[in-house]
Amino acid sequence: MTQTADQSRTFLDGIRRIAEDVAAPAADEVDREARFPHEALAALRAVGALSAYVPRSHGGEEMGFGEIASACFELSRACAAAGMVYAMHQIQVAAIVRHGAGSPFFDQYLADLVSGERLIASATSEVGVGGDLRSSIAAVTPDGADVVFEKQAPTISYGEHADDLLTTLRRSPDADRGDQVLVLTRGDEARLEQTSSWDSLGMRGTCSPGYVVRARITPEHVLPVPFAHIAAQTMVPVTHIVWAQVWLGIATAAYDRARAFVRGQARNMPGTVPPAATRLSSLAAELHTMRAEISTATDEYASMIESGADPDDLFTLGYAIRINALKISASERVALVCRDALEICGIAGYKNDTPFSVGRNLRDGLSATLMIANDRIHATNAALLLVHKAG
Amino acid sequence: MEDRIRHVVAEYARLAVDTADLSDSADLYAAGMTSHASVNLMLALENEFDVEFPDRMLRRGVFESVSSIRAALEELTSEAAA
Repeated sequence: MTQTADQSRTFLDGIRRIAEDVAAPAADEVDREARFPHEALAALRAVGALSAYVPRSHGGEEMGFGEIASACFELSRACAAAGMVYAMHQIQVAAIVRHGAGSPFFDQYLADLVSGERLIASATSEVGVGGDLRSSIAAVTPDGADVVFEKQAPTISYGEHADDLLTTLRRSPDADRGDQVLVLTRGDEARLEQTSSWDSLGMRGTCSPGYVVRARITPEHVLPVPFAHIAAQTMVPVTHIVWAQVWLGIATAAYDRARAFVRGQARNMPGTVPPAATRLSSLAAELHTMRAEISTATDEYASMIESGADPDDLFTLGYAIRINALKISASERVALVCRDALEICGIAGYKNDTPFSVGRNLRDGLSATLMIANDRIHATNAALLLVHKAG
Repeated sequence: MEDRIRHVVAEYARLAVDTADLSDSADLYAAGMTSHASVNLMLALENEFDVEFPDRMLRRGVFESVSSIRAALEELTSEAAA
């Protein structure tokens, strides 16, 4: 981490202002109309937040991982869709920074990301692999000097609004399903044909319908490292951490509303502690546990990648188990916190048009256990625990 | 030891190719070993060689080829003999 405390504070103050002044006022409309939070993204671009993680060597601000994670939290507290778009973009940026830097093509891309504040989406899911991130059917297929691919993606979040796209593919037409690479397509190098809609319970502003992705590119668009490494060292831990920060933002927003509701009750009955205040106390404890768990995982990952140690020594099976457990725990807790906040706010929370409405938070939070289904993660951890020795 | 390792790999790594065609340094993950299969491979190796891989060895690099598995097993068996 090379940014100073001042730079870090300036960055997060800027993000907080965008969250409060831009993302929050639009959040209900973004949700109701299932539309992209374009004003929040424009404001984030204007302060260079899309490229903040890019190292100074490539013209970026080299903000620490912890700051990026906190930014996901701050935005999601105001608008979970804006926060999730920002979080997913940062996963792609981290993959390129950590595994592409050093290749002339990706060095140039990182410089362009800084000058153009480009938004990157990802096409990692695929029709026919049953939700397994680590399997692909579509393959990088040589065609003359170029390579081509066609992938059926059941969902690409903000695909229509992104500048560029990272896609997982099999390395070649004869490669095994698990022998994957990650491929960048810039601008209209990839053509997206929408195949389904996105009228969802929550996270409506992420605009995540399905597409067929078709592209013809040069071979240097393929990240030079196997996707297995990118997944283990960057994509899986970063995803689980920044998603957890988004969910913490949602949970905190619901808690804020419950707290405001109880305070209002107390003001109307000076001298007595309203009955709901006891519930608020349990909710505060629940939120505290959630926050502690997520910030520990964030700090641990930040110190791992900043230690400069050999990634193979750091990203052990024990670490994989821990980071999977974080996903399970945080994703289950966010819905519980929102549900408890609803119990506290009562009908005022159930209605969609009061200062204490928690419907949007609850619906957004319910996506958490489904994004990489917890059942799948439990199955993975169950297998890993068979060989893991420590607790 | 090599033959026993290859035998266990053939049985549990569920590779897309014939183990006999793989060199000692060939990447088993690239040959189709999934993380689930790698866990089964670890358990089977522990059973075959009567060792326990300590947590520090439970990382990708240790199980990525026949030769890296051999190095880990040699380290464990020499520790046991010492």
